[in-house]
Amino acid sequence: MNPKQTDRRRFLKNGAALAGLAVGASASALPAAAEPALEKVDELHLYGERSHYVTAVRNGSINNPERRLKDEPVAFGLRTPLQDSVGMITPSSLHFTISHGFEPPDIDPKEHHLLIHGMVDRPLIFSVDEIKRLPFVTRFHFVECHGNSSPRGPGGDARIAANATPQETHGFTSCSQWTGVLLSTLLKEAGVQKTATWIIAEGADEPKHSKSIPIGKAWDDALVAYGQNGEPVRPEQGFPLRLIVPGWQGINNVKWLRRIDLVDEPYMAMMETSRYPSMRLDGKSRWFEFELGPKSVITRPAGGYKMPGPGFHEITGLAWSGAGAVKRVEVSTDGGRTWKDAQLHDPIARKAHTRFSSPWTWDGKETILLSRCTDDQSTVQPTIAQVAKLWNADIDFLLKTQQVVGDFNAIQPWKVNADGSVQNALV
Amino acid sequence: MRLSKLFSGAIFLLAANVALAQTPSYSNVGRTPTKEEIQAWDISIGPDGKGLPAGQGTAKDGAPIFAAKCAVCHGAQGEGGKIGPRVVGGIADTETLTTLKPVRTVGGYWPYATSVYDFIHRAMPRDQSGTLTPNEVYALTAFILFKSGIIQEGDVLDQKTLPKVKMPNRNGFVPARFEDIPDEHKRGCTQGICP
Repeated sequence: MNPKQTDRRRFLKNGAALAGLAVGASASALPAAAEPALEKVDELHLYGERSHYVTAVRNGSINNPERRLKDEPVAFGLRTPLQDSVGMITPSSLHFTISHGFEPPDIDPKEHHLLIHGMVDRPLIFSVDEIKRLPFVTRFHFVECHGNSSPRGPGGDARIAANATPQETHGFTSCSQWTGVLLSTLLKEAGVQKTATWIIAEGADEPKHSKSIPIGKAWDDALVAYGQNGEPVRPEQGFPLRLIVPGWQGINNVKWLRRIDLVDEPYMAMMETSRYPSMRLDGKSRWFEFELGPKSVITRPAGGYKMPGPGFHEITGLAWSGAGAVKRVEVSTDGGRTWKDAQLHDPIARKAHTRFSSPWTWDGKETILLSRCTDDQSTVQPTIAQVAKLWNADIDFLLKTQQVVGDFNAIQPWKVNADGSVQNALV
Repeated sequence: MRLSKLFSGAIFLLAANVALAQTPSYSNVGRTPTKEEIQAWDISIGPDGKGLPAGQGTAKDGAPIFAAKCAVCHGAQGEGGKIGPRVVGGIADTETLTTLKPVRTVGGYWPYATSVYDFIHRAMPRDQSGTLTPNEVYALTAFILFKSGIIQEGDVLDQKTLPKVKMPNRNGFVPARFEDIPDEHKRGCTQGICP
């Protein structure tokens, strides 16, 4: 026992003695009572808690039927409180989650397996422990829902409300440090046949979500992750194994991964054919879109924030792109008349959130704050007018359609009012 | 010096060959599943019908199963309820696709009838997925397609007939050609949006 522990033990014993005296307990009961009390105190420190002064939480709901039955409002999922974020990592407990109305399954990792089969020379089945014995990689990647920041849905009208915060406008993206085995490592072990052009990835959740993914991505940088931010992947994020498909629409990142089937065509699963295609004005739907474009959002000062008054205020936010690394972020504090390069903060990783900041001295007058991301493919984040042009529609269509506008990555405007309140200006 | 260069070159060539041949590199990690294991796990149904099990069903067979196992969430006629979405809807729904409020029902939107079988089998009924027999899944698929005006009440759906069912919105998706699907950059996609 080291001196510190001795001191602590003595302190606790004395404390217990005092407490005992206060309630009039007999002296003989003291030693026995002191031992469990010590364990209890240690227990409190075994798994750390954040300060009770820190209150940032996800909002939304998991769209569960119990709520629907009671006619309670349901959201599409739970959004990350980006306005409270610092750095580029999302705490695992605050990672956004969308599971299409189902609770995450409770999976015993000893019982869980991953099957690789189909057009392979050697079908293989791996336990979670076996996956962990293989060479691994650790990489920063964001996961983003394709409907994130879309004018309507998956957040509904909350996204286009004047009082929307970055959580309501952009909360369906999160970034983690993922650890796992490259899918290509597993594919080499199985020996993929030349005829295979797609993989079907399948989860072990109640609806057994399945998704068709072109095999090129499987060979490129997809990984079977078991670690997230220094600990096992959380149940809501796919414990014990999930697929990470860097830079591609969130729906591809199959959680609770249990099976990879090598096939020669997309299998037209429910989500990819009926829920995730985006509607065009002419009634045609865009399907099998994968890569997410460059996007950024100022997280402070932003919607819901109150400027303490004129004077210095560092502007900060997040930028990311599904095509690669963020090369540049520009910030405008005058509604887009002039732009200034923001500072990018390390780590600047491919297909990961990148933290940016830019110094600003507010003169107390009404203005609009904007941020614009350019990725390492030199693709520049578009204005809403440019997005409308890509859709062959007008801005009104983008704002009024009741559908999710997939891959919507227009520049987000925040209006700073003279009284210091900050509002969503994409309404 | 030269020798070591040659040597490392040889190692590089060897490594390249290994990668090409995809020989397993890690001994005793993972095992070969039995045929029965693969069969039990493999529930994927392809758009051409690959993976469909033996069995059959008609809308007539499906009506009592729908009433017993599906109506509680999806409504007695498949019109939708508080929990389950509307599952019945036909060609009229395709006309909503150009409006600001498109309706995406099985009959009016889904491009493949095989996806209906696949999804019912893998995901339904809620909290009891995997309990329906192939005959029941064929029958429920037939019931929904009949109610949506796509097939007749007595039409038998099975391994052969289900993939042949023509869905009204089959040509409502871009890109239309499968071969254009995987490579976004070749397709001229910009910022995740493809022409």
